[in-house]
Amino acid sequence: MFYRENGQFKTTYPADQQIFPIRQDRIAIGGLLVFAFGLVPFLASDYLFLSIINPFLILALAAIGLNLLVGYCGQISLGTAAFMSVGAYAAYNLMVRIPGLNLVVAILLAGGVAMLFGVLFGIPSLRIRGLYLAVATLAAQFFADWAFQRIGWLTNYSSSGSVSVPTLNMLGWKIDSPVEKYLFCLAFVVVFALAAKNLVRGNVGRSWMAMRDMDVAAQVIGIRPVYAKLTAFAVSAYIVGVAGALWAFVHLGSWEPAAFDINRSLNLLFMIIIGGLGSILGSFLGAAFIVVLPIALSQVPGWLGLSMSVATAAHLEAMIFGSLIVFFLIVEPHGLARLWSIGKEKLRMWPFPH
Amino acid sequence: MGFFIEVVLGGLMAGVLYSLIALGFVLIFKASGVFNFAQGAMVLFAALALARLAEWIPKAVPMPPVMALVIAFVLAALVMVALAWFIERLVLRPLVGQEGIVLLMATLGVTYFLDGLGQTLWGSDVYSINLGLDREPMLVLGDWIEGGVLLDRIDIFAAVVATLLVIGLALFFQRTKTGRALRAVADDHQAAQSIGIPLERIWVIVWSVAGLVALVTGMVWGAKLGVQFSLSILALKALPVVILGGFTSIPGAIVGGLIIGVGEKLSEVYLGQLIGGGIENWFAYALALVFLLVRPQGLFGERIIDRV
Repeated sequence: MFYRENGQFKTTYPADQQIFPIRQDRIAIGGLLVFAFGLVPFLASDYLFLSIINPFLILALAAIGLNLLVGYCGQISLGTAAFMSVGAYAAYNLMVRIPGLNLVVAILLAGGVAMLFGVLFGIPSLRIRGLYLAVATLAAQFFADWAFQRIGWLTNYSSSGSVSVPTLNMLGWKIDSPVEKYLFCLAFVVVFALAAKNLVRGNVGRSWMAMRDMDVAAQVIGIRPVYAKLTAFAVSAYIVGVAGALWAFVHLGSWEPAAFDINRSLNLLFMIIIGGLGSILGSFLGAAFIVVLPIALSQVPGWLGLSMSVATAAHLEAMIFGSLIVFFLIVEPHGLARLWSIGKEKLRMWPFPH
Repeated sequence: MGFFIEVVLGGLMAGVLYSLIALGFVLIFKASGVFNFAQGAMVLFAALALARLAEWIPKAVPMPPVMALVIAFVLAALVMVALAWFIERLVLRPLVGQEGIVLLMATLGVTYFLDGLGQTLWGSDVYSINLGLDREPMLVLGDWIEGGVLLDRIDIFAAVVATLLVIGLALFFQRTKTGRALRAVADDHQAAQSIGIPLERIWVIVWSVAGLVALVTGMVWGAKLGVQFSLSILALKALPVVILGGFTSIPGAIVGGLIIGVGEKLSEVYLGQLIGGGIENWFAYALALVFLLVRPQGLFGERIIDRV
C-alpha cells in the first residue's frame, strides 16, 4: 500500500537511470542518512560505538569490497585480510614517512597500495577459477602475514610488526572521542557504498556479472576477461584496503600482523555469504550479523544465570556460532538480502495480496 | 651432502603428513564435490578423542598402554563414523545442490563447531599420544655418507602408516563393491543415482573414510607434535598440496604432499637465509600458485573443459 511505484512516471532518461528509481527508496535512504548522521551520535553510548557500531561500519565497508569481487565478479578470495593489512600498514608508512600528510589523503593513498597488491595477486585468476583460485588467494594471506613480521622496513623496524598511531588529527580536528570516530568512519562508508552501488549497475559492474555467470560466454559477447577480472580485484582491494586502514587507525589504534590473520578473511567471507552474495545491502546485513552475534552469545550465560569458566564459554560460543552459520546456510542460502527482497515484494501487495 | 639428504628426508617426512591430510580433502571432494575445510578440525577432534580415551581407559580398567591405545583407536574410529553420519544428516543433505562456495562455508561452520565441541568434550590442554616408540633419533647410512643421517623413528612409522593407508584405500576402492560404487559416484552423481546407487549412504561412507584418515593423521601428528589446537591450523598446509596435486586425484595428493614438503624444507634452509627466515609459511602456496599458472587443474587433476 505504501510501497508501490504506481503513478511514478519517468519522463526523462536521467530519471529512468537514477540509483534508486522508486521514490519510497529515496525517502528511506535519505531518512537513514539523516538518522545516521544526525540522531545516532546523540542516542548511542560510548560502549555501543566502540564495540559494535564502529566495528560494524568498518567491516561492512570491507564486506562491500569483498562482495564486489566474490558476489559480483565470482572470484572467490580467502585473502581479504591481507588486503586489509596492506592498507593498514601502507597508511602507517605514509603517515610516518611523509610528515604533515592529511589523514584522509593517507587512507585513500593506502587504498591505492592495497589495489596494486590486489591486482598482483589477482593475476592468477586469469588462469585458474573457482575453488582452486580460493586456495591460491591464501598465498596473499600468508605472504602478507610473513612480510609484516619479517621485513623491518615495512613496519619502521618495530618488533614483530606491532605499530601504533598517535591521536588522529585532520586539519586541526582531533578525532578521539567515539562519536567523532563514528562520524569519520560513517563518511567513508557512505561515500564508498554509494560509489559501489553506482559502479555495479554500470558498464564495469555488468561486465563483472557476465564474468561471474559464465566467463566463456562473456568473452564471446566481447568482454575482455583480463580487464574485467583485474578491475574487480583492483576496486575490491582498494575498498578493502581503505577499510583496513580505518580498522587499524580508527578502531584499533595499535596493532600487529595477527590482527589481520586468516580468521579475519573467513569472517568477512561469512559476512557476505550470510548477508547475500551480489548485494550491497547484504554486505551491511551480514556485517551486522557477524559483529553482533559473538557479543550476544557471550552475554547468554550471564542472562541464564549460569556460571562457567571463560574457556568453556568460549568453546560453547564457537559451537553455537558454527551451528548458526550452518543453520542460516540451510534456511536461506541466498542470504539475508534475499529475505529483504522477499519482504519488499510482499510489502508491495500489502495489505491486499490479491 | 649428509645435511642435504637430511633436509630432503625431513621434507619427505613432513610431506607424508601433509599428504595424509590432503588425502582426506580429496576423498570428500571426489565423492561429494564438497571442499571440506573441516578436515583440519576433524584431525584435531580425532586426535583429541584418541589421546584422551587412551588416557581414561587404563584408569577405569587397568591394562597395558598398548592395549588401551588399540581400544581407544577403535572407539575414536566409531566416534568419527558417528560424526560422519551426523554431518551428512544435518549439514550436507539439506544443502544438496547448492553452489560450491555455500558448501565450503558450511564446512567452515562445521570447523567452528568441531573445534568447540572437541575442546569441550575432551579438554583443551596439550596431550601426548605415546605409541611406545623410542624417541631417540636413529643414525643411518653412516657407511656411505660422512656423519650419517639422523632419522626419527616416529617419521619412519608415519611413512609406513601412510603407505599402508594408501594401499588399503586403493584396495578398498578397486576391489570392493562399495569402492566401485564410490568411484561411480565420483565420476557422475546422476548416472550413479540412476543405476541405483544410494547417494546418501555413499556420502556417509566417504565421510567416515575421511574421518578414519583424519584419525590416522591425528595419531601420527599427535605423536610427533603433541595433540593441541595448532594441529587444526597446521592442516591449512594441506591446501597447497591439494591444489598442486589436483582436487580429484589421490596420487596427486601423495605426490603433491611430497613435493610441497621437500620444496618447503629446501627453500627454508637454502632460500630462507637470503630473504629472512620463516618463509615456509607461504612458500608452499607460492610454489602451488606458480605451478597452477602453467597447469590450472593441478598435476593430476581432471582436465577442465569449458562448454557454453
